[in-house]
Amino acid sequence: MYRRWLWPASALPGVLWLVLLFVVPFYAVLAVALGTVDPILFQPVPTWNPLEWNVGWLNEVFTRLAPGGIWFDVGVRTIVYVVIALALCLLIGYPVAYYTARHAGRWKGLILILIIMPLWISYMMRMLAWVNLLQEDGWVNEVLMFTQVLSEPQDWLGGRDLTVILALVYGYIPFLILPLFAALDRIDRSHLEAARDLGASPWSAFRRVTLPLSKTGILGGAVLITLPMFGDYYTPNIVSGAPSTSMIGNQIDLYFHGGPQPTIGAALTIVLAAFLTILMLYYMRTIHRAQREAGTVGAL
Amino acid sequence: MTAVAEPRARPQPSALTRLRGWFRNPWGKPRALKVVTWLYILWSIVPVLIAVQFSFNATRSRTVWDGFSDRWYWGDPVDSVWHDPALSNALAQSFKLAIADVLIAVPIGVLLALGLARWRGRGSGTANFIMLFPLVTPEIVMGVSLLLVFSHVFTFIETGTTAQILGHVTFSISFVVVIVRARLFSIGRQYEEAAADLGATPFRALTRVLLPLLMPAIIASAAVVFAISADDFVISQWLSSGGPTDTVPVQIYAATRAAPLPSVNAIATIMMVSTLLIVTAGFLTWRLLTRGERRAGKAAEDMGAFNLN
Repeated sequence: MYRRWLWPASALPGVLWLVLLFVVPFYAVLAVALGTVDPILFQPVPTWNPLEWNVGWLNEVFTRLAPGGIWFDVGVRTIVYVVIALALCLLIGYPVAYYTARHAGRWKGLILILIIMPLWISYMMRMLAWVNLLQEDGWVNEVLMFTQVLSEPQDWLGGRDLTVILALVYGYIPFLILPLFAALDRIDRSHLEAARDLGASPWSAFRRVTLPLSKTGILGGAVLITLPMFGDYYTPNIVSGAPSTSMIGNQIDLYFHGGPQPTIGAALTIVLAAFLTILMLYYMRTIHRAQREAGTVGAL
Repeated sequence: MTAVAEPRARPQPSALTRLRGWFRNPWGKPRALKVVTWLYILWSIVPVLIAVQFSFNATRSRTVWDGFSDRWYWGDPVDSVWHDPALSNALAQSFKLAIADVLIAVPIGVLLALGLARWRGRGSGTANFIMLFPLVTPEIVMGVSLLLVFSHVFTFIETGTTAQILGHVTFSISFVVVIVRARLFSIGRQYEEAAADLGATPFRALTRVLLPLLMPAIIASAAVVFAISADDFVISQWLSSGGPTDTVPVQIYAATRAAPLPSVNAIATIMMVSTLLIVTAGFLTWRLLTRGERRAGKAAEDMGAFNLN
């Protein structure tokens, strides 16, 4: 009677793998962050028993992130970067997804391929492309000087907020457009036709039918790019490298790669993961509600 | 069903009329959207094409075009991808990790997807829940946790190729599960049940009926896993032991922050072309194997489904 255990057995290797290399590692971060540090070697000593956990390092991280702390600016900057980048992504991505889903007609296949293509091009390649263009003698300066926007070349890669934000937008926007497209493409045209038949103006039909029905796509895409953006450290490093554009991820990177105290890095990782989990839970609640609302619209 | 005046429903106006309309009202719908879309596409792809162009530059510049040359691929005896050990090792390492990742993650992921879809008992809910987390966990959190687990728990594994492969498989499994499970839902249970009615044991139904039906999803997920492994930077970097275990993205990152040569563009181009070829091959195989299952006009939807990354 192996019918009963065939399926659990088939799931077993995968479950075991994820427990050993995803759940246990996360527990290891907790154990290090809430552990102690060897007083002589300055090496982290993980504490495996939750009853003996020491919250000193977490407190240290919170003190540093609080107003007046040395990471306060970094924390605020990270949030500002992510919020602006997300807003720009939505501002550019929504019209693109909307056009592709609604109006592209016979070009739809081609446009979709071109929109998906950046997802399959290495992130580093795409960043490298911009680093080339943004050089002192690169094409961006050339074009801006040729069109008289600039009188002399600018150092775009020398720690500018604008460069980092635009790099984040460039890097993450394809991941937003795809879920947006999927949500917009799913909307049944008859809802819109009904709205127009009942006298809604095109704008009002968009605002009261299309927008609410694409809400799950907007939220899903937003979360999909917000979570990795909060953990990003390589983008600011590549297009700026200056401490003035450093994000939370850069602090974690710093404390592990060459930094003196992995324990602080681990504690900061825990704080970041907790913050992102809260975002995630908020998203799941909103999705749940949006789906219920969409259900009512569909029923109407 | 209609009553909405669709702009496309009218007979196509001539190019001249359209041009005139364009001048009269350049921001009327959906022209503005069309312009935004095509500008976006140009913006997203042209910089990469320029980077590819400069991988063929004849001089050391990545900004001034001095004519076509293959020196950064193999011509240059010191700095070309072929002759610079740092670059050729990175290329080999990237391929090694991607292939190992496909070979390990795809079987485990297919089995996990089957298990999760059919197993209705204690523990299946938890397993389902755990499976989703690698998809949303920021890579830096995963990098930190894997680094710490290899330095404090599984101390017999040192950073380097083995640790990198274990890390890549960890984030790849969930992608395989999502792709294969979507396919499982779309083929339903009737084929398995028919096989069972005809006397097949569950195991034979699995190997003779279900797995062949899953083949398109297995091939698609292999292509996706190859691509996300080749593209991965964070896990490869955190679990690298330096030198020959640096992958292509790690090399690009390191070189970009120093003073890069066009050979960096060349190695990035090689990686990009390989990935795009594999993904295209995967997509075409998917289409070939699922032909006859599609309703008209579903190609676009399929393409969306194929890409979960």
